[in-house]
Amino acid sequence: MSALTDLGVAAIRDGVKGGDFSAREVAEAFNAAIEAARTLNAFVVETPEYALAAADAADADRAAGALKPLSGVPLGIKDLFCTKGVQTIAGSKILQGYEPVYDSTVSANLLAAGAGMLGKLNMDEFAMGSSNETSAFGPALSPWRRNDGGNVALTPGGSSGGSASAVAARLAPGVTGTDTGGSIRQPAAFTGITGIKPTYGRCSRYGIVAFASSLDQAGPMARDVRDCAILLEAMAGFDPKDSTSLKLDVPKWEANLSNNIKGVRVGIPKEYRIKDVPRDIDTMWDEGIAWLRDAGAQIVQVSLPHTKYALPAYYIIAPAEASSNLARYDGVRYGLRVQPDGGNLGDMYEATRAAGFGAEVKRRIMIGTYVLSAGFYDAYFNQAQKVRALIARDFDNVWSECDLLLTPTAPSAAFGLGEKSADPIAMYLNDVFAVPASLAGLPAISVPAGLDGQGLPLGLQIIGRALDEQGVLNAALAFEERAGFTARAEPWW
Amino acid sequence: MLAAPSMSVDAAAVRHIAKLARIAVSDEEVAALAPELSNILGWIEQLGEVDVAGVEPMTAVIANTLRLREDVVTEGDRQADILANAPVAEHGFFAVPKVIE
Repeated sequence: MSALTDLGVAAIRDGVKGGDFSAREVAEAFNAAIEAARTLNAFVVETPEYALAAADAADADRAAGALKPLSGVPLGIKDLFCTKGVQTIAGSKILQGYEPVYDSTVSANLLAAGAGMLGKLNMDEFAMGSSNETSAFGPALSPWRRNDGGNVALTPGGSSGGSASAVAARLAPGVTGTDTGGSIRQPAAFTGITGIKPTYGRCSRYGIVAFASSLDQAGPMARDVRDCAILLEAMAGFDPKDSTSLKLDVPKWEANLSNNIKGVRVGIPKEYRIKDVPRDIDTMWDEGIAWLRDAGAQIVQVSLPHTKYALPAYYIIAPAEASSNLARYDGVRYGLRVQPDGGNLGDMYEATRAAGFGAEVKRRIMIGTYVLSAGFYDAYFNQAQKVRALIARDFDNVWSECDLLLTPTAPSAAFGLGEKSADPIAMYLNDVFAVPASLAGLPAISVPAGLDGQGLPLGLQIIGRALDEQGVLNAALAFEERAGFTARAEPWW
Repeated sequence: MLAAPSMSVDAAAVRHIAKLARIAVSDEEVAALAPELSNILGWIEQLGEVDVAGVEPMTAVIANTLRLREDVVTEGDRQADILANAPVAEHGFFAVPKVIE
């Protein structure tokens, strides 16, 4: 396999520009790596011809002196993004056969910037899950294994599990993910890669299959901080087709990337030290604190008092929005239709949804339906939205004491497939550190910190003020330089 | 850390919710869902202990004004696109089972 697959986004872009190799060589190398790694189940649709066509266009653009920001860079696209003429089913049987007649704004932005599409990436059904196990395609596997000599199949995390697996296994230099309550950050942490969820409203939601609209945000996942900055710059931007899109210019995140964080105040929220978290996580957190202090940051202890209520609030709000968004899957306009013999329209709806949705999606639709139903709306949904306001207020208050927050990304390293699928709440707890920033719409990144005692990656999270992706990226860069994380999964697939 | 569910969802409630959600459920599924949903709702109920006096429910994550677009036709004539993914389409319409006898 060519060493070209060892290159990240910036290295490929610069190498194509400098004539070190052609975009076609790069696309061929990644296409071959994907074909050889089908065991990982990271890609659910492969589009090698799309990657090659974009590469040829990039090589022609170079010859004409008209390179674009991502010319020559092939990317994987999460199956939640609509891609014109290429199957997009969001990991769900109910969308089987769906081929969008349009592109999502984010994926279109990437293609317009010169990137190529390698294929569509596996994910939890409708992004509901933290292990990729709810996918109709079956789980994506992590390329990582524990150092105990065993070969237990580990989750790459979720919901952007295929995305994480693909980057960690060097099947793509960068990918798109989406994050509703940790779906970029937790899988990034589990697989030793970097992923950022920008401020809510930075990336258009148009053409992203909706899960919980007040939380859903697209973001990049890649090998390092710079690559994430490059990709986010191409993905973000105002879009009149999304009513929550922010009408702001996209900052020059890459050009302004700086490891100088002298005097930046980094808050350490005490509520994120929770019981029953493996000691390795706390040790890694302490090490991360030391690295940022070494980089010149001022470390301050802070409090976010409503943190423990974030997860239960999320599990009212997200299912409520999902139950509403997923009402559209009725067997009429797209995807699966199941028509019982002699049944009427209502029977068709019920049979279609029973056959098309998996167990976790049904569970969440039913929770959402329940908390929005007559008599329960105030006690559950309204209460959750008030608690959400308090969680956002906690962050507003803490920004008078600090500029960024440093926390663990997830409460454990990657776990084995099947280990948590019997207990929904144990699975939900994966996102205990990720969900507060989602509820408040804040930018947050997960950066690899090191390996735990089992030889598995751990990540730490940096959360910033709304719209301060630059501050988040800069601190992440200073962190990354000190963490010196170079470990990678040994190929076995 | 899980609070005992104070609000339990019984089989009848599961069937009611499933009906509202338009999802057909078998007896086995009802039996499995009742304790699962009870457990999740029991865990969620800890939100009740938060003092929310005087707090307005969040309605916008990031302060933003809702834009209005010009009241003009911006696209149309896309019948084929719109029907392209329909399980059944007839005469340029989505087709469904008979609704009125």
